[in-house]
Amino acid sequence: MTATLQGVFGAASARPLTAFGLVFLLVVIVFALASPLIAPYAPLEIDSLNRLVPPNAEHWFGTDHFGRDTFSRVVYGARLALLIGIGVVGFALMTGVPIGVVSALYPKIGRVLMRGVDVLMAFPSLLLALGLIVILGRGVANAILAIGVVYLTTTARIVYGVALRLREETYVEAAQSMGAGTIWTIRKHILPNMISPLLVQASFVFAFAQLGAASLDFLGLGTPPDIPSWGNMLAESRLYITRAPWLLFFPGMMIALTAFSLNLTGDALRDHMDPRFREAMGSRKRM
Amino acid sequence: MWGYILKRTAAALATLVAASVLIFIFIHLIPGEPAAVMLGDAATPDQVAALRTRLGLDEPLFVQYFYWAGSALQGDLGRSIFFDEPVTSVIADGAQTSILLASITMVWVVLIGVPVGVIAAMRRGSWLDQGLSGLAMLLASIPTFWVGLYLILVFAAQLGWLPSSGYPSIFEEGGLANLRYLILPSLALATPNAALILRLTRASMLDVSKEDYVRTARAKGISPRQVTLRHILRNALLVVVSAFGFTFAALISEAVVTETVFALPGIGRTVVQSILRRDYPVIQGVILVIVCLYLVLNLLVDISYRFLDPRVELE
Repeated sequence: MTATLQGVFGAASARPLTAFGLVFLLVVIVFALASPLIAPYAPLEIDSLNRLVPPNAEHWFGTDHFGRDTFSRVVYGARLALLIGIGVVGFALMTGVPIGVVSALYPKIGRVLMRGVDVLMAFPSLLLALGLIVILGRGVANAILAIGVVYLTTTARIVYGVALRLREETYVEAAQSMGAGTIWTIRKHILPNMISPLLVQASFVFAFAQLGAASLDFLGLGTPPDIPSWGNMLAESRLYITRAPWLLFFPGMMIALTAFSLNLTGDALRDHMDPRFREAMGSRKRM
Repeated sequence: MWGYILKRTAAALATLVAASVLIFIFIHLIPGEPAAVMLGDAATPDQVAALRTRLGLDEPLFVQYFYWAGSALQGDLGRSIFFDEPVTSVIADGAQTSILLASITMVWVVLIGVPVGVIAAMRRGSWLDQGLSGLAMLLASIPTFWVGLYLILVFAAQLGWLPSSGYPSIFEEGGLANLRYLILPSLALATPNAALILRLTRASMLDVSKEDYVRTARAKGISPRQVTLRHILRNALLVVVSAFGFTFAALISEAVVTETVFALPGIGRTVVQSILRRDYPVIQGVILVIVCLYLVLNLLVDISYRFLDPRVELE
């Protein structure tokens, strides 16, 4: 774990792009945690005298058709981006890791579980998420769940691949031949060795969750419209793109740069990972 | 070889059956009485009862599944509640646009992604390579609808070169010139996918260049250009081509967003509208058709891959 993190910071100093990614992610986190302190206006504050005002000293990123301050809404939007990312990654890990580990250690159960994962993977990502939204309904938690199911599959596949490799390691065989129980083996050998592949997967899933959530928002099937998410801001900007192009620029930039930074971090982490596991990390699925 | 094809086809069929069960169950997982939900608040109890009977919702679940799957095998995917016409014809209406859009997009993806990926790999580690790889990563991180809206802003609204929305069929008035309606949408859809193919081509070239036979070829004194073209590129493209099937199927599903941005009459937009209209038979039908397409394409890719590289084993 520490070696992995050292790897990232080492890579960051060698690769300026990775450094940029880490700094940008820090900005998003600060935006999310300290939004009321940073945002000059409330995100829903309507100012009918200042509608569609271009960026200026008072409104850095301009205002929208209700006169709401775009910069403040971008800052508050970071909260939702973080929430969706953490939610989707959390869900994918909490479901994908047990499925992958159990499947690798108990081949009989594994055959059934991994077939189930294959079936879910036969659904193109966005369609699977849309289908789940139809069942669950619109909302933040439901968007997290719908996108989470998509990445449960890739996570389970990767964990399964890594766990299969680990099972064959001499030290795991040695532990088992000395009478170590399965739970003990999982806790002492399998999970600790899985942290770096999981960190890589987590950063990619976090990135794709941003794009998936933005797509759902854009289609009007994600975050409820009264919540300032970057996707919702883009969806609303559609009607004003010629009159107020800044409404299109800033939220889109935030989504793209957040996903970009996470992808850069994921790549840097992967380059510093044990080469044995790199193969298992093959599958990347964009929404 | 035949054993491989048989096994692989059987696996795909099993996946399809399991997926069809999920697609079938989907309608029953929606909270509330499906018939009432589909008809909306204004429906009378009689109408709800009639729709229940029409959809066969009074039968036991597994009977309903066999009925539904049996009809689907005969090309009957039920009737759209909103259009009151067969789901198959609703899908057929949109399919032309979606397939054309995906095909044009695929052309951009191949024309841009593969050559640029090869160039990046040949100049490995150079500023050019780092720049291109970084750019590809950035483009792969951009939402397609954002690209689409910018293309509309610049090329349709400001320059007025291309239309911003809609698509009259090439079989209608205007003929092939109507393809200009698909230029901006296909470029938007191609952006992240070309970037992903670029990265894949580059990575695959670098992988192959480490192979023993490449070293042997170099040792024999073959010119670097020949080694790159004949030994590395050919084998590297095998991996890239195998990703095309997956990419094409993914395009049809990603087109959901692009078709909405450009108001194209494709099946992706039909899905979104059907979700808003609660026209569940259409949603079920479209998802079933796309999953079929996806499985068939992957099957074909796997089999052709095996033909091209006999070392591949069934896992």
